[in-house]
Amino acid sequence: MGASEHQECWEAVHRIYHFLDGELTAERREAIREHLDSCEPCLHAFGFEAELRKVVASKCRDEPPSELRDRLAFMLRKEGFEPRPDGPLDPSST
Amino acid sequence: MADPERFADEALDLMPSLYSAALRMTRNRAEAEDLVQETYLKAYRAYGGFQEGTNLKAWMYRILTNTFINAYRARKRRPEESDLDDVEDLYLYRRLGGGQAQVVGRSAEEEVLERITDDQVKAALESLPTNFRIPVLLADVEGFSYKEIAEIMEVPVGTVMSRLHRGRKALEKALYDYGVERGLATSQDR
Repeated sequence: MGASEHQECWEAVHRIYHFLDGELTAERREAIREHLDSCEPCLHAFGFEAELRKVVASKCRDEPPSELRDRLAFMLRKEGFEPRPDGPLDPSST
Repeated sequence: MADPERFADEALDLMPSLYSAALRMTRNRAEAEDLVQETYLKAYRAYGGFQEGTNLKAWMYRILTNTFINAYRARKRRPEESDLDDVEDLYLYRRLGGGQAQVVGRSAEEEVLERITDDQVKAALESLPTNFRIPVLLADVEGFSYKEIAEIMEVPVGTVMSRLHRGRKALEKALYDYGVERGLATSQDR
């Protein structure tokens, strides 16, 4: 592996979060895509980070207690809002 | 002005994700419920200022985040804004043996990802200091853009980017530490 390839790997890994966030300029994004097409170790690492992102997003959900739904509904009416009776307060009814 | 009924319905649809975020912020169920309730009360009372067609989710998260930070400041005087140690790039991947020669099929590091539990992810995220935890939560769990997070947190975009960068690396280290503790990964190369 030549010195310029190492430099490319370093640059790709350095921008990995920006790449996965979709917050790179089109030009930089394309440069990283091209590098990943030709560099299997970087492609693996990017795949892992993308997978990790999915794991984090999917495993951080909590079911709100039903009393909280009831309290918010009560509060809504007190504030003059009328939520639909079959609205999102009771997802089991849909 | 937004239609009140539609506004109320759409705001309530966001409740489960706001509650999850509140729980990550407060790390306490009772406090999370109070925070969500206060957020909705403020949102209902301020809804006249909400422009229909703008991002309701970002608006609700802004109220949630501000309410949390203000309550935190009032109680503790100073928010918990610690710094983080520098963590190397691809920390988790490399510690799990990523990049090494492997047989065909699922690699060891991918298998570890599959075994990570909800509790481990939550505990790792909650271990981050508040000023890093909030941007990571907003980006990686809620999918907000840098610009939206900057508006929600009322900080410059550059600050969001640097906190996200360091916060995510710290999250990888925390995940690894929890994984090792529970025998998901080996600590041979620590």
